Amino acid sequence: MSSSALVEKTAFDLSHLLANKEVSSVEIAQACLSQIDRVDEQVHAFLHRDDQDFLAQARASDERREKGNSLGPLDGIPVALKDVISVKGQPLTAASKILQNYISPYDATVTKKLKDAGAVIGGRLNLDEFAMGSSTENSAYGPTRNPWDLNCVPGGSSGGSSAAVAAREAPLTLGSDTGGSIRQPASLCGVVGMKPTYGMVSRYGLAAFASSLDQIGPFSKTVEDTALLLEIISGHDPLDSTSFPTEIPSYSSAINQSLKPCVLGLPKEYFGEGMDDEVRNAVNLAVEFYRNQGHEIVEVSLPTTDLAVPVYYVIATAEASSNLARYDGIRYTTRSDRAQNAIDVYAKSRGEGFGEEVKRRCILGAYGLSSGYYDAYYLRAQKTRTLIREDFNRVFKEVDAILTPTAPTPAFKFGEKSDDPISMYLSDIYTISTNLAGLPAISVPCGFTKGNLPIGLQLIGRAFEESSLLSIAHAYDREHKFGCVTPSLVKE
Amino acid sequence: MKYEAVIGLEVHVQLETNSKMFTRVPCGYGKEPNSLTDAVVLGLPGALPVMNLEAIEKSIKVGLLLGCKIADTCKWDRKNYFYPDMPKNYQISQFDQPICEGGEVEIEMPGDSPAVMGKHRIVQLTRIHLEEDVGKLTHFENDSLVDYNRAGSPLLEIVSEPDLFSPEETFAYLTSLRNSLIYTGISSCDMEKGQLRCDANISIRPVGTEKLGTKVELKNLNTISGVKNGVEYEIKRQIKAMEQGEEIFQETRRWNPEQRYTTPMRSKEMAHDYRYFPDPDLMPVKIEQEWIDKIRNEIPEKPFDKQRRYMDELNLPYSITSALCPDLKLCEYFEEANKLAKNPRKIGNWVVNDLLRELSAGSKDETKSISLNDCPIPPKHLAELVELIENGSVSNNVAKELFPEMFSTGKSPSTLVKEKGLEVKSDEGEIESHCAQAIQDDPDAAEKFKAGKEGAINALKGKVMKATRGQANPKVVDEILRRLLSN
Repeated sequence: MSSSALVEKTAFDLSHLLANKEVSSVEIAQACLSQIDRVDEQVHAFLHRDDQDFLAQARASDERREKGNSLGPLDGIPVALKDVISVKGQPLTAASKILQNYISPYDATVTKKLKDAGAVIGGRLNLDEFAMGSSTENSAYGPTRNPWDLNCVPGGSSGGSSAAVAAREAPLTLGSDTGGSIRQPASLCGVVGMKPTYGMVSRYGLAAFASSLDQIGPFSKTVEDTALLLEIISGHDPLDSTSFPTEIPSYSSAINQSLKPCVLGLPKEYFGEGMDDEVRNAVNLAVEFYRNQGHEIVEVSLPTTDLAVPVYYVIATAEASSNLARYDGIRYTTRSDRAQNAIDVYAKSRGEGFGEEVKRRCILGAYGLSSGYYDAYYLRAQKTRTLIREDFNRVFKEVDAILTPTAPTPAFKFGEKSDDPISMYLSDIYTISTNLAGLPAISVPCGFTKGNLPIGLQLIGRAFEESSLLSIAHAYDREHKFGCVTPSLVKE
Repeated sequence: MKYEAVIGLEVHVQLETNSKMFTRVPCGYGKEPNSLTDAVVLGLPGALPVMNLEAIEKSIKVGLLLGCKIADTCKWDRKNYFYPDMPKNYQISQFDQPICEGGEVEIEMPGDSPAVMGKHRIVQLTRIHLEEDVGKLTHFENDSLVDYNRAGSPLLEIVSEPDLFSPEETFAYLTSLRNSLIYTGISSCDMEKGQLRCDANISIRPVGTEKLGTKVELKNLNTISGVKNGVEYEIKRQIKAMEQGEEIFQETRRWNPEQRYTTPMRSKEMAHDYRYFPDPDLMPVKIEQEWIDKIRNEIPEKPFDKQRRYMDELNLPYSITSALCPDLKLCEYFEEANKLAKNPRKIGNWVVNDLLRELSAGSKDETKSISLNDCPIPPKHLAELVELIENGSVSNNVAKELFPEMFSTGKSPSTLVKEKGLEVKSDEGEIESHCAQAIQDDPDAAEKFKAGKEGAINALKGKVMKATRGQANPKVVDEILRRLLSN
């Protein structure tokens, strides 16, 4: 099979090809590498490659399969990771200069789970520095470009993870989502991206941005592939106190059960001002699809919606200001050459090592926690967060899933929002609430604009009911498969 | 004007647990620098804390022993500050919900003599909270080195109310608290190893007034005597300043034990804003009543309660109990020996005099004693020795000679007696010949006794004992002498 045909396959298809010995893992890995060679100079999804290690893993997988010791459906399938997820012996920069010389001495729990499943782990994917941003323009190593339009951003912060799948450089990738950082770039790049329930996937080994909001999740061409990857990386981890002890069903078989009629809620607050018309039309068509399939569509209300962005920027930045304190120029982080004394080591190393957005958020967060301001900012934000959660709990008594657009607009141009933090923050307006409520949500491609930019549909589910959410998403995706459309720019 | 001091103590105690507070790395002292570390201890990107249940359990144990109210939830906060002793630049601690609240420590002031019990008083506690210890910095001329072996060890902070009023009370408080902590088995409280550290908050006020003066926090009080000396110096400094019309500033000062004075470290204006907030990496843990009840069953009798029991029930004099009771291991030794010998006073005397002397003489290190765990004389050997004395099998003098040998050889007293042929001799024929010989050798004494001078018999007895190398049964000697002299 030709290299270009291989990279357009879903992980599910590749898994069957491997099982039938129609293709080897090494061939798949080589196909990915030649696609990266071909397109990544323009797309810049990857910050780091270790081709030898990548091919060695693929060879090992082939040898296992040869001996009849295949480790399962993911054995031999390439998975690339956002550069905030630790892989032993590989760099972890978080797209920051301050970590430019750091090599992780240990595997994240998700990395270990992937290795145990035989996945071929390769490459470090670009992001907004420390996952702070919605466009990857905040990467210290240069932005990633949208494979659908190189003048547009891929979204962020997991822009490298979404662009790599869209540019057919990897069939599967992992990202992290703190306020929409998986779903928004998935939407802007026309791929599937999912944020699981908080506590579903271990955060051990994920360089933290905001601990109470961060979740690792998959990117893929289809919902089916996402289900496949999610069931591997989920599960309780004794090394993460916030991971939830729950049984993980087989999502990939669950989604192929026949779907009973569901009730889908459209929150009226999400369909108001600020939404691009083409986005609105595409989402409405998806709503019609579900209605025609016999599902009930109801309008619901989430009155706390407009509080989500301000609450998020108090809580996330507060946690970040503390989480990022460890990057101080003392041990594994880069120390400023200009430091003359102990205070300098901190101030100059951090001053030189962090980008503008990271500094902005650390300062904002430290302010909200300061003596005299804590009650007015942090404490009040936490109380409001409870209200947001209760809003969702109430709505989920009536509906099985909430359906919204993922982002208010399709991909925007470089520089369009980077000088205006507030308008950048608002590109996460539909995704932030679910992080605050800890709920699972998935972005599924639902069409294109006239300018051929992808549009994403977001489905939000009940906590720890990933099976149901994936099934509802799969019902749409199976019939449309917009994520399997390859951008012409990266086609051979 | 006369001033009085008001002192509150913050005592940090390292808990002895198998692993650190939030990770599986073992705790330890004296290991190669930075060998007791992992991703969590070093604060590497992505590392997450997981709570050590053993540390919670030990904290609850301390709280129950000191009569604290145990929190129903164990909650964690981050204390944020930049300093290289903490790799994350925040310390996981407990801010607004300490694991224990209230509680009290009974203290004893020195009595008029070592044989007399001093006055007792209750000192109130504010709170006890758990946190992770920080690393150790060593400063050189141009560089500083940091060792993270201690970083992340569980550390208990015990905060007293401003309820101490003199250096002596402070000393008594620390001694009593330390004894109680050692009783619970949570820590050896070795100040040299940094297992117990202490800061003092000190202010002064005119005697008879209620309002607290401006407090000064005193740091680096690293020995029990250092605490007493440092507090004493600081009180004098403040009184002198007050008398000279100077103002006392709210500040942190450092005790310099070598030069014996305190110097300013930082002023109130330089105080940190720690930006405490709940640690999002750690879920609050519910402390179930059943768990508390289970731990309650394991708490030991308090040192002063034990002392009172020994005095009341066992009729031990204060001087013995005051040597026994600060040391739980010694009490256990005493009780085990006494269970066999049923002679508390004798056993007590042997333990606090002879045993302690041998333990300290037997150690190669002059400043330390051999630990009771390594004591070559098991309690049953001591009990046996006391029984041998009581039933007349060995004399007191022989016993006193035997004891060091029991210590150096680890042999039981009866074995030694046999080996050395030291059994008391009750063979009347042999003793009678020695008695006759004594009378013959000292006719003067014999005549005096016959003339009614009762005491004269002792000279004869002495001769018999000397001739038998102390092994003749004194009772038998007495009988035979009297019989021979009455003829």
